[in-house]
Amino acid sequence: MRSSRGEEQETVRNSQFAIRNSQFASLLPAFLPLAFLLLFYFYPLASILALSFAPEGHFDPAALAKLFSTPYYLHTLWFTTWQAAISTLLTVGLALPGAYVFARYDFPGKSLVQALTTVPFVLPTIVVALAFTALLGPHGLLNLVLMGLLRVDRPPIDLQHTLAIILLAHVFYNYTLVLRIVGTYWANLDPRLGEAARMLGASRWRAFCEVTLPLLIPAIGAAALLVFVFCFTSFGVILVLGGPRFATLEVEIYHQTIHYLNLPLAAALSIVQILFTLALMAAYTHLQTRLTLPLELRPRQVTQRRPRGWRAWLVIGGNVGLMLVLLVTPLAALIERSLTLKGGVSLAFYRQLFYNPRGSAFYVPPVAAVRNSVGYALATVGLSVTMGLMAAAVLDNRGSGSSARSPRPRGRRLRHLLDLLFMLPLGTSAVTLGLGYIVALDEPPLNLRTSPLLVVLAHTLVALPFVVRSVLPALRSIHPHLREAAALLGASPWRVWREVDLPIVARAVLVGAVFAFTVSMGEFGATSLIARPERPTMPVAIYRFLGRPGAANYGQALAMSTLLMLVCTLGFLAIERFRVGGVGEF
Amino acid sequence: MKRVSVFTLIGLLALVACRPGPAPPTEALTPTALPEIPTPTAPPEPRKMQVMTHDSFDISEEVLAAFEAQYNAEVEILQAGDAGVVLNQAILSRDNPMADVLYGVDSTLLGRALEADIFEPYASPLLAEIPDHLELDPQHRALPVDYGNVCLNFDKAWFAEHGLTPPANLEDLAKPEYEGLTVVENPATSSPGLALLLATVGHFGETGNYTYLDYWADLRDNNVLVTEGWEDAYWGQFTYGSGGEGDRPIVVSYASSPPVEVYFAEEPFEEAPTAAVVSDGSCFRQIEFVGILKGTQNHDLAEAWVDFMLGTTFQEDIPLHMFMFPANQNAVLPEVFAKFAVIPEHPAEVDYAAIEINREAWIEAWTEVVLH
Repeated sequence: MRSSRGEEQETVRNSQFAIRNSQFASLLPAFLPLAFLLLFYFYPLASILALSFAPEGHFDPAALAKLFSTPYYLHTLWFTTWQAAISTLLTVGLALPGAYVFARYDFPGKSLVQALTTVPFVLPTIVVALAFTALLGPHGLLNLVLMGLLRVDRPPIDLQHTLAIILLAHVFYNYTLVLRIVGTYWANLDPRLGEAARMLGASRWRAFCEVTLPLLIPAIGAAALLVFVFCFTSFGVILVLGGPRFATLEVEIYHQTIHYLNLPLAAALSIVQILFTLALMAAYTHLQTRLTLPLELRPRQVTQRRPRGWRAWLVIGGNVGLMLVLLVTPLAALIERSLTLKGGVSLAFYRQLFYNPRGSAFYVPPVAAVRNSVGYALATVGLSVTMGLMAAAVLDNRGSGSSARSPRPRGRRLRHLLDLLFMLPLGTSAVTLGLGYIVALDEPPLNLRTSPLLVVLAHTLVALPFVVRSVLPALRSIHPHLREAAALLGASPWRVWREVDLPIVARAVLVGAVFAFTVSMGEFGATSLIARPERPTMPVAIYRFLGRPGAANYGQALAMSTLLMLVCTLGFLAIERFRVGGVGEF
Repeated sequence: MKRVSVFTLIGLLALVACRPGPAPPTEALTPTALPEIPTPTAPPEPRKMQVMTHDSFDISEEVLAAFEAQYNAEVEILQAGDAGVVLNQAILSRDNPMADVLYGVDSTLLGRALEADIFEPYASPLLAEIPDHLELDPQHRALPVDYGNVCLNFDKAWFAEHGLTPPANLEDLAKPEYEGLTVVENPATSSPGLALLLATVGHFGETGNYTYLDYWADLRDNNVLVTEGWEDAYWGQFTYGSGGEGDRPIVVSYASSPPVEVYFAEEPFEEAPTAAVVSDGSCFRQIEFVGILKGTQNHDLAEAWVDFMLGTTFQEDIPLHMFMFPANQNAVLPEVFAKFAVIPEHPAEVDYAAIEINREAWIEAWTEVVLH
């Protein structure tokens, strides 16, 4: 102990200084993500809305008459909302037990199963529709089995173009969100809290409801919010699987924009969609800050155990079985199709991927498609994780330096506002934003309309909310005492962040990185409406094959889809194994 | 709120400050994993031009390279979604066009394109080789490049197996023996779907004792299935396309689909496995046009590109790349098309200006009858 009294005073003064300036300093990292949002979200959005409402500088209300003259749009809003709510409830309900299994048990094949559950997220809707037809269609596997069992000659199950298949597809796509976000958070929750309740005589169920569940609420809320917003803006699933009788706001915006070029009506619907997301987010952030408690987190090595006894294996088997049936069989159906030729097993379609018999200038060599997709995805991960961490550091209102005392209302309100802003791109119509890019980003230095960079920027815009929502619950759960102790021992705010915050949230950051990777690989958001030069990704190649008749095209589309699944699985496994040098495992 | 605007300003400054030196932001931030921009060394530098088009555009490498060599040009092809999306992009960016040329506006969208006044007229000398009935715009703002016919397609083997005569015209689909056999695309979301709706408008008319809506009501009662787009209809529901998993042996597709099935088959066919119904009035002809975008800086190159698209080299490249028929009557069809393709002689006719005016009303009336 060589520290003198003077040095100690210096340290205390420094930390007081840090606390006093925390209000300003802790907002600093928000500048870059805010500037990003401003340039690539608000500016294009404002441009297209202005152009839509007042093309010649004056507002013409006639085009909006339709919005108010028919109850149709009110019905659409209502349907959009309740199908998203039911989808979210179903997804959370089905994935929560899975999250428990992944949080508390360590068993062989776990990371592979986890990677496979995320693959659906990247698959183009039309490919998923083909997989569902293969399994659930009139001559699909399920109906064939049932027809054999029940000895009937008509398919007993017809899910085509029903609400049931919309809900099923939403669970199929979004299960991974709940599994990963809640599972990662749960893994660091101290199991002794629940055990203590059990010791005091609470039943297993009561201990879960009254101890574990309330502690999980921040993570469940974050995941549920993402699922809800995703289903609320659902487009492909509704159109392709739901069929022409169902429409969400996003579907209507698409119709009005692309088919009727009724921009005022499309813009009005976009605004309704955005306002609704905003209201939901406001309610969420309000609840979130009330419900989040700082916790004594435990490293997963302590909380996870190898399963022992038949009961544990039953729980694991049941949940993994559900994941396999729900999420993996459709993938398997696609792979099986890609390998089948004239009733036998064949690699013919995979071999054909490597040939360009017609000498087409738009032929996509599989290696190039993989390289383009992975290149965009890595750039998206880099950009969105960097900015997501900055944003999350600011949004965590007990950020480093400030004490446990409640922050001043003004700062809190500002943070709430920022929190809302970072979520907005997810609740915004991709059609509207895509056109916004064309209108707004047409002059130097932002002449990006036809630049491949725009693809990365659009992907990042969608990926950012995933990173923020993944990281924030973990960051907020860090007990302020840890940071205060580090600060009092003389650590700079940067060092506190590096050695206290980062190791604890590292897992959550990787979850965010996985989602950013996924969002980019799956070509989400406005990118499908951006004019792009010849740098086709795997989903683009799949659509190109499916765009024309012929067995070879169908086979190659499925072979390319299988390749997409493979690359994503490998990508997820690699990201999960990624460790920032020196940051300990938590 | 004032605070936010200050942040904004600093953020913008920070972003600008982050930009290294003279490099434009596009290059500075381009991820390294992506292919680099080639550095031209040989003088004179090729001139750049841009063509915007839909996702179905395709061309042979050598045909494209020949144009680039002849004019010392570098052609960038910008693709974004279907023809409707591309046209809307062009309309929204007409004050500062994204490209020199737009290819892919079809007869259902021509009215919108001409009304938005995005094209410059260009009377290409090659128009002399194109039949008059394909030239819809007398001012030559949009020049016909190719055409295709949207028709009913059916699965030959299915009909043979079930001992049923395949449909010969649109009317047949409403007969009881064809109940539950047809899948069509939604005209609100799909271009072949809209084409079939237009064919029925042209064939049955809007007035009289049996209108197009009466026909659609009959189809609805005969359990017609509606899908969002061609892909789901053809690959998911059509018995042949889905390999037996779908249960609809009649689908709305193109007259060129049967030869394309032969061309992309996994085994050599003596005859096409599917066939198109091409009786009078049962098809709709989609003509695809090219036009020079107003405001182009490369007028001469743009004209050269239009001539190139109408010339026989490109025209003969069309069938096996875009599966449409060349507009130029001197173009020779490839064998598989000559042998297996049928061209309907009298497709249903609807004026393009009428399409633009009535599109929304027709689709809404259709939706009301078929879906509600």
